[in-house]
Amino acid sequence: MRVGLAIPCFIDSFFPEVGIATLELLERLGVDVVYPQGQTCCGQPMANNGCNSAASGTEAHFARLFAGFDAVVMPSASCVNHLRKHMDAVPQTAEVQHLRANIYELVEFLHDVLNAREFPWAEFPHKVGLHNSCTALRSLHAASISEIDETTPFSKPMDLLAGVRGIAFVEPTRPDECCGFGGTFSVNEDAVSGLMGLEKVQDHARAGAEYIVSADTSCLMHQQGCARRAGLPLRFIHIAQILNGARA
Amino acid sequence: MSAKIHDPVDHAGAAAKFITDEAHLTFHDTRLWEMRQKRDGQMHGVPEWQELRDLASAIKEHTLSRLPEYLEQFEAQAIAHGVQVHWARDAAEHNAIVLRLLRENNAKTLVKSKSMLTEECEMAPFLERHGITLTETDLGERIQQLDNESPSHIVVPSVHKLRADVARVFAKTIGGDPNNTDATYLAEHCRVTTRPLMLDADAGMTGANFLVAETGAVVVCTNEGNADLSANLPKLHIVSAGIEKLIPRQADLGVFVRILSRSALGSPITQYTSHFRGPRDGAQMHIILVDNGRSKRLGQAEFWTSLKCIRCGACMNTCPVYRRSGGLSYGAVYSGPIGAIINPAYDPARYAALPFASTLNGSCTAVCPVKINIHEQLYAWRRIIAEGGLLPAQKALAMRVAGAVLASPTLYRLATAAARMAVRRLPRALLYNRLNGWGRDRELPTPPKESFAAWHARRKKAG
Repeated sequence: MRVGLAIPCFIDSFFPEVGIATLELLERLGVDVVYPQGQTCCGQPMANNGCNSAASGTEAHFARLFAGFDAVVMPSASCVNHLRKHMDAVPQTAEVQHLRANIYELVEFLHDVLNAREFPWAEFPHKVGLHNSCTALRSLHAASISEIDETTPFSKPMDLLAGVRGIAFVEPTRPDECCGFGGTFSVNEDAVSGLMGLEKVQDHARAGAEYIVSADTSCLMHQQGCARRAGLPLRFIHIAQILNGARA
Repeated sequence: MSAKIHDPVDHAGAAAKFITDEAHLTFHDTRLWEMRQKRDGQMHGVPEWQELRDLASAIKEHTLSRLPEYLEQFEAQAIAHGVQVHWARDAAEHNAIVLRLLRENNAKTLVKSKSMLTEECEMAPFLERHGITLTETDLGERIQQLDNESPSHIVVPSVHKLRADVARVFAKTIGGDPNNTDATYLAEHCRVTTRPLMLDADAGMTGANFLVAETGAVVVCTNEGNADLSANLPKLHIVSAGIEKLIPRQADLGVFVRILSRSALGSPITQYTSHFRGPRDGAQMHIILVDNGRSKRLGQAEFWTSLKCIRCGACMNTCPVYRRSGGLSYGAVYSGPIGAIINPAYDPARYAALPFASTLNGSCTAVCPVKINIHEQLYAWRRIIAEGGLLPAQKALAMRVAGAVLASPTLYRLATAAARMAVRRLPRALLYNRLNGWGRDRELPTPPKESFAAWHARRKKAG
């Protein structure tokens, strides 16, 4: 299986360590993974603001770069959700349809496709609060949600993190409340967004978290910004970094 | 819809103002989150909860898809029981019918229980202009009426007020001790001042939670019993109901009664579930069936399922944005997530900001007892608003520029390198300027020396 690695624009620009950990982790797990150069964005920022025609050039570029892969993996739930459910600013050719049907968020790919459960190189001796992004939770169904009474509760990120030595978890009081990032919501509604982020990181801090871990860097970027502004000593790390063996 | 201000609603601005008042903010968020948690508790106590949601959704979709037949069946049944049925195409027709009925019966005073539809029709100010004295009998609605404010929540209309606010409103309007904030005192004070108005009222009005086509029954769910008093004390009972309130059979009611209050307040059932089937001896009962934009929405492929709404308010209680911005910040009769998908159907320009007052987190959809895909409708409205040229000009331009930059690897590389450089090099005072919405509440990320793409190119070269 030939896998294309798609790195979201904000990870490429501001959090390359997340992209590096994702690539190295996939390679460690024996995946035939290729990173096509010349990547930009998936089109989500424009489409989420309703500007679908403004997204067409970006979506077309993405479709060109990732044509011909058996699967595409991306460490971002909201980008994957956009491509899977909303990438309709470009003609729906067979190639585009194949891409949309075979794009995976990283945790989903590790958990469902590779069935990876053991990460013998991984050890993270810290107290960690897990943050699942809303898209991961309620659109990609990465874990059970408090709104729905699941007969069998599940959590894909927890299944993966269970394979990490020394890691301990803390439970915030509102674990699946949105942290308030929401893309351009974070600047259009900056007051509410900032407050939501602050309350989210305070909740984790009160629960005793040293780190907040998430599969979504966008949430982490926002929460980190709120925590730094408030002077909270929390640290933020992507799940790929922990699974790839980061110790801190 | 509420026509006090016709400027486009500035949700972000109103929300920013709301959160500066910490006491109100904390109470609002905590109170509504408690309702959400109670709702979760009720859900855990009903093992077939998801099945009930599926059923409720299916019954509503079925009814909406055959609405004309069920409306006619309902009308025939109601008439057979001695009820007079009226049809109103819009708010103006509805209000005119109410006024005509009041005048025909020489009624000068009207008591009414909660009805979002009459808010939607702006009936109260209309009737007051025509010399009718209207009294809200629901406690929360009465508080809002006395304070000359719209309801901020469809189930708990004055949830944005602290008890001290209520004491002040009462002291100013119906007397009482402005410093006594005891809940029992306040409720009792409202009761003793409202009850005589009910006893003497010329006419009574209620909304409807459900209209049963099979029996012609109007079902009203309340916790205060005020609907029963409003309906049963005066000789004239007027029911104001939207055409989407229909359900086919009496047997279907059980599904909805089981989910309504559990979703709304986290209680198993409302204190009163009253069935009105016909006028009492010597009294009149009228039902006004109101369209007011509903049949138009029924024809909109992306939005018709919003008509399934049973007005439980669960989406508002769970919404992290609503809890931190207050219902009045939506500038509309319907606030919160459900309001953000209903209001633009009436006036997309005026309510253009509302579908953007969301992170698209989807919690609203997950709690909705009739499974309305609220967050997907928010997304769909954004497209309609943007394509209709209703985005703020600055944002529309920014999106076009972003679209062009992100379509080109070269422009993208230049723009992101410039952004990294700016964050690294610019003095703090320049970087955290008033145009930087991000920087008002958050620190920017520390820019790395190189992008992932640059790291990857270097690694590939090194082999």
